[in-house]
Amino acid sequence: MNFPSRLVEDAVTEISKLPGIGKKTALRLVLHLLKEEEQTTELLAKALFKLRAEIKYCKHCHNISDDDICAICSSTVRDKSMICIVESSSDVMAIENTSQYYGLYHVLGGVISPIEGIGPSDLNIDSLLERMAGNEVKEVILALNSTMEADTTSFYLTKKLKNFDVKITSIARGVPIGGELEFTDEITLGRSILRRVSYE
Amino acid sequence: MHLQNLHLLSFKNYEHLDLEFPKDINCIVGANGVGKTNLLDAINYLCMTKSAFNYVDNQNIKHGDPFFLVEGEIDSGERKFKIHCSLKNGRKKSFRLNKKEYEKVSEHIGKFPCVLITPYDTDLVREGSEIRRKFMDNTISQTDKIYLDNLLKYNHLIRQRNNLLKYFFENRTFDQDLLDSYNEPIIGLGKSIYEKRNAFVEEFLPIFLENYAFISDEAEPVALTYQSHHQTANFEEEFRRNIKKDLQLQRTCMGIHKDDFLFEISNYPLKKFGSQGQQKSFVISLKLAQFQVIYEITQNKPLLLLDDIFDKLDDNRIAKLLELVSKGTFGQIFLTDARPERSAVLLDNMREKVAFYNMEEIIPGT
Ligand SMILES: [Zn+2]
Repeated sequence: MNFPSRLVEDAVTEISKLPGIGKKTALRLVLHLLKEEEQTTELLAKALFKLRAEIKYCKHCHNISDDDICAICSSTVRDKSMICIVESSSDVMAIENTSQYYGLYHVLGGVISPIEGIGPSDLNIDSLLERMAGNEVKEVILALNSTMEADTTSFYLTKKLKNFDVKITSIARGVPIGGELEFTDEITLGRSILRRVSYE
Repeated sequence: MHLQNLHLLSFKNYEHLDLEFPKDINCIVGANGVGKTNLLDAINYLCMTKSAFNYVDNQNIKHGDPFFLVEGEIDSGERKFKIHCSLKNGRKKSFRLNKKEYEKVSEHIGKFPCVLITPYDTDLVREGSEIRRKFMDNTISQTDKIYLDNLLKYNHLIRQRNNLLKYFFENRTFDQDLLDSYNEPIIGLGKSIYEKRNAFVEEFLPIFLENYAFISDEAEPVALTYQSHHQTANFEEEFRRNIKKDLQLQRTCMGIHKDDFLFEISNYPLKKFGSQGQQKSFVISLKLAQFQVIYEITQNKPLLLLDDIFDKLDDNRIAKLLELVSKGTFGQIFLTDARPERSAVLLDNMREKVAFYNMEEIIPGT
């Protein structure tokens, strides 16, 4: 793509680094900002700047938070004997929206992937093991995405957790509610048959 | 299974092409360089989701154009299917069946099987083990989805493990738990892939031998043997023990990604001791066995793509192949020939209908 200005090109380069945004869309956004009042761009830049400068991550679970300890960790009614391990804060929000879970979380901040240069030390694994040392936790729930990297990470975590007296569980995976068997992929269906549950 | 039509935009040398195909034999003729093989490759795309010749998808876009599109309709006998494959330069390939985008493109493989016989097939004898594994994987994948899924997973895990080895090596560090997190699934998936390949070769071998005997008039004994690290008594132990070497080379040295299939003639390696004719008979028999095995397992006759065989095969083998055609062994056939008059003579006394497409007339100016 050829740009009329180096400034436009730089802005497009930065914006197109965002997920789901290609160069074309980025250019449209940049030209839009130039067309709008200067203030629009200033407010956007300020909000983003403030976001980065002031956002906090919970010292216990690494969830996004306005304070040092997040609302979930500081709650007195949550079950502190359960920790649900997730990849990101958005997974915490998704599980919270189900209103089915009353334990605590631990946000890993990603999954292990040597191809992308991400190893265990890049994730919040040491702090998880520190939390475990308190002996308060009775169950760890692995709730990572259904990718190969997540599977590897789960496998690695169970190795690291085996020295603690704790029950390790994993969220169930299977045929979606309202889903039809014939349209369920063979791997999921095969797994659902193998790991069937007693009928209640 | 009947490919009824093909629609191409900016695919390889084709700017635009629309063709209808009858059920039986479709003979694509025209001078060399007119794009006959590219047309077969487009059909290969519809069945296998990729080119048989160039795995880099965006290199199959017509030079200078921003995208390519390959579409076709297949009548399975029970239902009609519309297959769509398109690629915009720099984007992810879009692959749809009846307008529904696949979540994983690999899910399509095996639904509409195809077998391609090309002059390049002798590479199977001449080249390294990778091309032979690819041939076997192509065949098994068209009959077993779980196999393909396991294979893709395995290859991905090997790439991750190799990157991990590199990281360990470069940073002079080591983490046994992390290595085990790759070893365990690699050993597990490797075992199931090995078992499948082993069982498959057992099924494939007699059919291959039968075909070779037919094609060569039982001239000489041939053999096909599967070789794998998994055949060693304690593979798992050996694999783990090999970590020093793996770390030095920064790649995984043992496993099914190193498997090979040994081709022999009269107890000697075919590559060194087989004549050109014997090598051609061998690879044609491999491809015919591929066709038969896929048909037996799936009860679906693969589309047969024959690239330039009248030119590259001698009369004996052509006669044998045509004997199979006239016996109704195959389903729909697509073949290419630079010399239309030769094809016309050879295919003259077939019971099946033969449709001719002269590409020089269909795409003027080439
Ligand atoms: Zn917290």
